[in-house]
Amino acid sequence: MHCAVLVFPGSNCDVDLYKAILQIKGATAEYVWHTDTDLDRFDVLMIPGGFTYGDYLRPGALAGVSPVIASVKKAANSGKLVLGICNGFQILIEAGLLPGALLPNQSLQFICDVVPVKVVQSKSPFTSSYELGDLLRLPIAHGSGNYYCDEVTHQELESNGQIAFSFPPENNPNGSLAGITGLLNEQRNVLGMMPHPERAVKQWLGSTDGLGIFQSMLDHHTA
Amino acid sequence: MLKGVITVMLQPNVLDVQGQAVQGALKHLGFESVEKVRIGRQIEMILPTEDREAASLQLREMAEKLLANPVIEDFQIEIQEA
Repeated sequence: MHCAVLVFPGSNCDVDLYKAILQIKGATAEYVWHTDTDLDRFDVLMIPGGFTYGDYLRPGALAGVSPVIASVKKAANSGKLVLGICNGFQILIEAGLLPGALLPNQSLQFICDVVPVKVVQSKSPFTSSYELGDLLRLPIAHGSGNYYCDEVTHQELESNGQIAFSFPPENNPNGSLAGITGLLNEQRNVLGMMPHPERAVKQWLGSTDGLGIFQSMLDHHTA
Repeated sequence: MLKGVITVMLQPNVLDVQGQAVQGALKHLGFESVEKVRIGRQIEMILPTEDREAASLQLREMAEKLLANPVIEDFQIEIQEA
């Protein structure tokens, strides 16, 4: 499984993501600069966290119209797996690959913490290593992770099984609608999530619960 | 030359936490009766044309494609003499 790690001006989780991918036997990774448009050699595309373009305009808005994203859209439409983490999730939303919006946290504070994250959908190429209802311990670090969509969209997300991860109601750190913090597209080949699985791949990092994302993708690729 | 002014505001049904925080600060300053503070963004640009209709279409396209997020924001367009 050859993975692209897309790098934009202001990406800052690219190295963590690259190293996390290499934890998985059978996975290789390569950095791709945002002006490149040829992604054919990759099996999966990953957009790391960071503050692309300084979060100018809206987080992810300027990266969302960059040259590489046009190729990401084509790849996503052809069924290739696309994972966006944190700012990568914001970029996928701004690019129109996932519905809704990510607003500033309700507290207006940047939140850096390790929090429980519930697996709401285990039938996807990104989450098959988990069991439905698993409570993962994953780091979050964001200022705008407050998921919002209108009621009609929310109903669709629920009935299509597109919600992959949510914060438990008693521990919703950013005010997200229904605690939503991981979202699949309808075809389930695009996942955006605010928590950082790439920062939870070693016991000495505090958790290994993030490995399942990358392992699931590899299992899907080799199946 | 024309000057385009695009004003982007959060839609009325979207909670504006920034506006709420500013409203709280205004109250601290003694502006107790202030309500519904909302914060938006104004974008200005010079367009090298005299054709107001073409300019308006262009500004609308820019707003829809990038400057505003239609999921959470509304926008207004104004054209002035540069």
